Amino acid sequence: MKAAAFDYAVPKSVAEATALLGSNGAATAAIAGGQSLLPLLNLRVALPDLVVDLARLEELKEIAATQTNIRIGALTTHAAIEDGKLPEAFGGLMQKVASKISYRAVRNHGTIGGSVALADPAADWPGCLLALGAHVRITGRKGTRSQPIGEFVLGQYSTSLAADEIIVGFDVPRPDAALRCGSFKVVRKSGAFANSIAFAISYGRGGPAAVVLAAAADRPCLLPAVAERIKAGEKSEDVLRDAIAQDVAKHVAKDDPYLMRLHTSTVLRALREVQAK
Amino acid sequence: MKSLTLQLNGSKVTHEVEPRETLADFLRERCRLTATHLGCEQGACGACTVAVNGQATRSCLRLAIMCEGQSVQTLEGLEDDPTMEVLRRHFHQSHAVQCGFCTPGMLMMARDILLRMPNPNAQTIRDQLSGQICRCTGYSGIVTAIVAAGRELGGAERPQP
Repeated sequence: MKAAAFDYAVPKSVAEATALLGSNGAATAAIAGGQSLLPLLNLRVALPDLVVDLARLEELKEIAATQTNIRIGALTTHAAIEDGKLPEAFGGLMQKVASKISYRAVRNHGTIGGSVALADPAADWPGCLLALGAHVRITGRKGTRSQPIGEFVLGQYSTSLAADEIIVGFDVPRPDAALRCGSFKVVRKSGAFANSIAFAISYGRGGPAAVVLAAAADRPCLLPAVAERIKAGEKSEDVLRDAIAQDVAKHVAKDDPYLMRLHTSTVLRALREVQAK
Repeated sequence: MKSLTLQLNGSKVTHEVEPRETLADFLRERCRLTATHLGCEQGACGACTVAVNGQATRSCLRLAIMCEGQSVQTLEGLEDDPTMEVLRRHFHQSHAVQCGFCTPGMLMMARDILLRMPNPNAQTIRDQLSGQICRCTGYSGIVTAIVAAGRELGGAERPQP
C-alpha cells in the first residue's frame, strides 16, 4: 500500500521542532530513521497530517564521554553502535544488541532514540538501556528534563513524552572494568521483533547487578530476585531457575508453560554469558 | 508538492515530489529507474534495496523527500562498478537467479556485504542476507555466488562476526 497524504517539515533547530510538534497535537508524527514509522505510514496504520523530520538536528547526534556518563545522541543509528562508534563498549553489550536488530539496511537508518520513543514492548534498546541504568534526556517547549528509562517507558507504545517533546539522547552511566554483560534474544523469523529478550549485567560478587526481561510484558521489566542471586554469586541453575520463575510469574501467566519456558531460557542464557566472562 | 534535489547515480536530479512518496516510488515512477523492485512495501522483503550515502537502504522505508541533498545509488548506476561486475558474473555462473524479482535487492545487498566484510564465508552471508527474501531459488545459488565473488575479489581473510 501507499501512505496517505501528509505535509512534511524539516525544522532547523530543536526549538523549531518542539514548536511544530506541539502546535498540531496528535496529528503530528516525528520521524528520525523512519524504519518503524514508514511501514505504519505505508499500511495506513499511522495517519498523520504532518511529519516532522528530526534527522537533520545536530543536537541529537552528539556522542560524548563525560566524567560519569556516556552520552548517546538520539539519532545514533543501530549500525553506528554495531560498528563500535560509541566511546565505551559496555562489555560488548550494546554492539551485540545493535548487530541483532532487524537487518543491516534497517540498522543503517533506524535510531536508538526512535526505538525508545516508539516503545515497542519487544524492542531491544528500552530493555538494554534499562539494564544499563540509562537516563533519557528530553526537550520540549518548557525546557529540558532527564528521566530514568524505567520511568520514561510507561507501557506498550506509551512513554512520558508530551506532544511537544523529543528525545535528545541518553546518558548511560560509565561502567568500570568489572562490568560483565550478557544478553539473549529469541526471534522466530530473523529481523522480526523478538518473542523474548533478556539482558544481564553484573559487577561481580557483591557489586551491582541488573537483569531485564523484554517482550514478555507491556514494557521491559526488571527481575529483582534474579539480580539478587547474581549479586550473591549464585551458580546453581536450580536456584537461578527458582528466582526466574518467581520474577517472571509477575509478568507472564503461569498457566502458559511455553512462555514460562521461553523466558526462563532467555534469562538463563544471558546469565550464563555473564558467568562465562 | 515539494522540490527535491539529490545526487542520483552520480548526477544531480531535481523533481517535484509528494511528501508521502517513498524513495522506491520516486525512483520507479518519477525517474523511471525500474531495477529497484517493490515487493512488500513494509521493509520485510529487501527487493527495493538501494544505497543512500553509500549505505544499504530499503527504499520503501525512506521518504524520497528525506533524501534531499543526499547521494542515492541504484543498480542502474553500478553497471561499471568493479564489485558489481564480479557479482553479476557469479550470479550468472551459479544460477543465482530464477524469476529475478529479488535479484536487484540481492545484488545491492551482496555488494554492501562484500564492501563491509571481504571474503565472507557462507554462514556470514546467510546471516547478512537474512533480510532479503527469495521465493524461488532456496538461496543456495545466491550464497554460492556471493562466496565465489568474495573469493575472487580477495581481501585478507579476517574473523567473521
